[in-house]
This record gives sequence, structure tokens and C-alpha cells, in this order.
Amino acid sequence: MSSPGEERTTAAVRPYVITRGRAGSSRDALPLETLVEASGSALPPHLQPEYRRIADFCQGLLSVAEVAAHLGQPPAVVQVLLADLIDWGHIVARPPIRVVKRKRADLDLLRKVLDGLESKL
Amino acid sequence: MGLRASSEISMAGTDGTTRTDHTAHPGHADRTTRTDHTNETGETDETGDTDDMDDMDDTPVMYVESSVAGAAKILVVGPMGVGKTTLIGTVSEIKPLSTEATMSQAGARLDTKVRPSKTTTTVALDFGRITLGGELVLYLFGTPGQQRFLPAWKDLARGALGALALVDTRDLEASFDAIGHLEDLDVPFSVAVNAFPDSKPHSEDDLRSALDLLPHTPLVICDAREHKSSVQALISLVSHLIETLTEAS
Repeated sequence: MSSPGEERTTAAVRPYVITRGRAGSSRDALPLETLVEASGSALPPHLQPEYRRIADFCQGLLSVAEVAAHLGQPPAVVQVLLADLIDWGHIVARPPIRVVKRKRADLDLLRKVLDGLESKL
Repeated sequence: MGLRASSEISMAGTDGTTRTDHTAHPGHADRTTRTDHTNETGETDETGDTDDMDDMDDTPVMYVESSVAGAAKILVVGPMGVGKTTLIGTVSEIKPLSTEATMSQAGARLDTKVRPSKTTTTVALDFGRITLGGELVLYLFGTPGQQRFLPAWKDLARGALGALALVDTRDLEASFDAIGHLEDLDVPFSVAVNAFPDSKPHSEDDLRSALDLLPHTPLVICDAREHKSSVQALISLVSHLIETLTEAS
């Protein structure tokens, strides 16, 4: 939708170009509620600008979903790029707290959620 | 009474788009094709599409407190126009954001030469966030319930604490798919009736039988526009999750 001559953003690039064909690949996708933050290590200069954009954006803690929404990129793309940045040590992730088998450990989590919600009333 | 409910259903039809819901947001409701518009999250339509597309969301970034150790998620499900984004916006500490979930099949988005558009379905995903007690963040993901979106639900549902199924009594049938998906995916849930001003009162028994709910599934009435009411709906869900777990152990 950009008018002629106007700067195109990375959203105009097809996802498989940005991720070299890995968006939506079988690699376990980073859950959308994973919290990520830049580690502060300097990115090598040759990296694609999309990586830098994400790393620059993650100056504080944010979920993968928020990074994707704010940057206007499909989550499938952001998930792959963030996974790379995590592998390379430029992003630190705090994995989601998930209910897996509905066991006792989940009870503590649910009670914390309940207490937290009740305090919002 | 059950008959009355069903006659209303047939009159209302299954298409929620023609209503004048106070909580409906047709502008950002269900999208089946990918767009890069992420700025359609506003509660009003005036904020819409005037600025350039393909660009970043204008919503100011509010980072999560650094004391937070991790995030949990709850799904908010239901048909288009039922008030999912309204409820999320009412309880969220950030303005609801919009993104999309994609199907998880390998290469679903990529092999456009090999696989036609059939595999590129994506689901619009509106979400919000609540920090709880300074150490935990809860994300609320709102997603439509239509049958064709089921594949995208699987990733989203994995690890979720549970789901709140929103229901509009003027069109109960529209909620069947979403509730069916939760049952199929074994996601524990509770049902919240979003009370619209022109909704006729129904007895709980009528609603339960119309929705074919199990006796232990909580059913609450809420107003998605009201903070306290919406938080109460979430509390009913989490209390139910705790009960289920306590009974099981």
C-alpha cells in the first residue's frame, strides 16, 4: 500500500526470504508467550536488518507476540528470527510457565494467578 | 424455554456481522488471509487505517516488569462479535494488540508453488496482558472459533491454563464450534455469557442444555465492558481449574 518512492518496510519482504525458508518450519516454534529481552551483546554487522530491528526493540522484557505485533511482522517470522538471536546469545528468553499434565506443580501456579486476579478487583 | 432459545437462534442466524453490537469490532475480526495491518486493535473504528500500512503498530511499547519470571496464558474464545477483544481490553494493562497465528504444518506458509493457498490460513489473534503479583504475567489470547481455524488453535492451546468461552445468548449456535474445539483439544474451560443490552434473560438450565455443557463447567454472566465483571469471569475460570485439579489429586 506504499505510494511510489516511499520507503518500504520489511513487511513487504516475503516471510520465507527473511527467514531463508524457515518460517513455519517443523522446528518447534517459540511459544508466543515466551518473554524475551536483548542480552546487550553487540550484533555482528553483517546480520540482516530484521535481526537488528528485533534486538533493538527488545530493550525491555516483552512476549514474542508483542514483538511481532509491534513490529508488524507475522509471528512465524519473528519466532524464527528470535530463535536465532537466542541461539547466538543476543536475546535471553524466559520460557512460559505452562500447564502440562495438570499436576500439583500447576496448582501453585493457578493459585498465584487466582490471587493476582483477585487483587485486581 | 429451550424452544424459545432455539427460535431466537434461528431468527438471529449465524452471521454475527450484521448486528449492532456494542462490543463488535468488525474491522479487526476474523481474517483468513494474511495482512500486515497490526494497527486495527482499537476499541473504536476511528483509529483505523489512515496511517500507512505494512508498518509498525503505533501503540507505545510498555515493557514487562523485569521482576517477572515468566508468562502464562489463557485463551478467550468465541465467535466474531461476541466481545472477546472488548473483554481482553477491559482487563489488559496494555492496549490490546493484534497479530496472527499460523497453521503449524511444516512449510505451510512457504511452499506456495507446491501447495496452494489452502494451507496458508491464519487466524487473527488479539491479545492483552496482566501482570500478577510482580512475578508472573498472564497473556489473554482472543481467537475466533470457526471450524476452519482449528489447526491454528493447537499451538495456541498448548500449555494454556484454560480458556474462557464467550457466548452471546442471541446467537448461541455461533459458539458451538469454539466450545467443541476446546473439548476436542482437552482444554479446560468455563463459559461466560456476555450480556448485551437487548439479550433476553434465560435461565441457567436453558443455557446449559442449549450449549450442552457438563454439570461441572462453570457458567457466568458478565459484561465484557466492565472491568470487575470481566475479572470475575476470569476468576471463575481459574477457580474451576483449581477445583478440577484438587479433585483429581
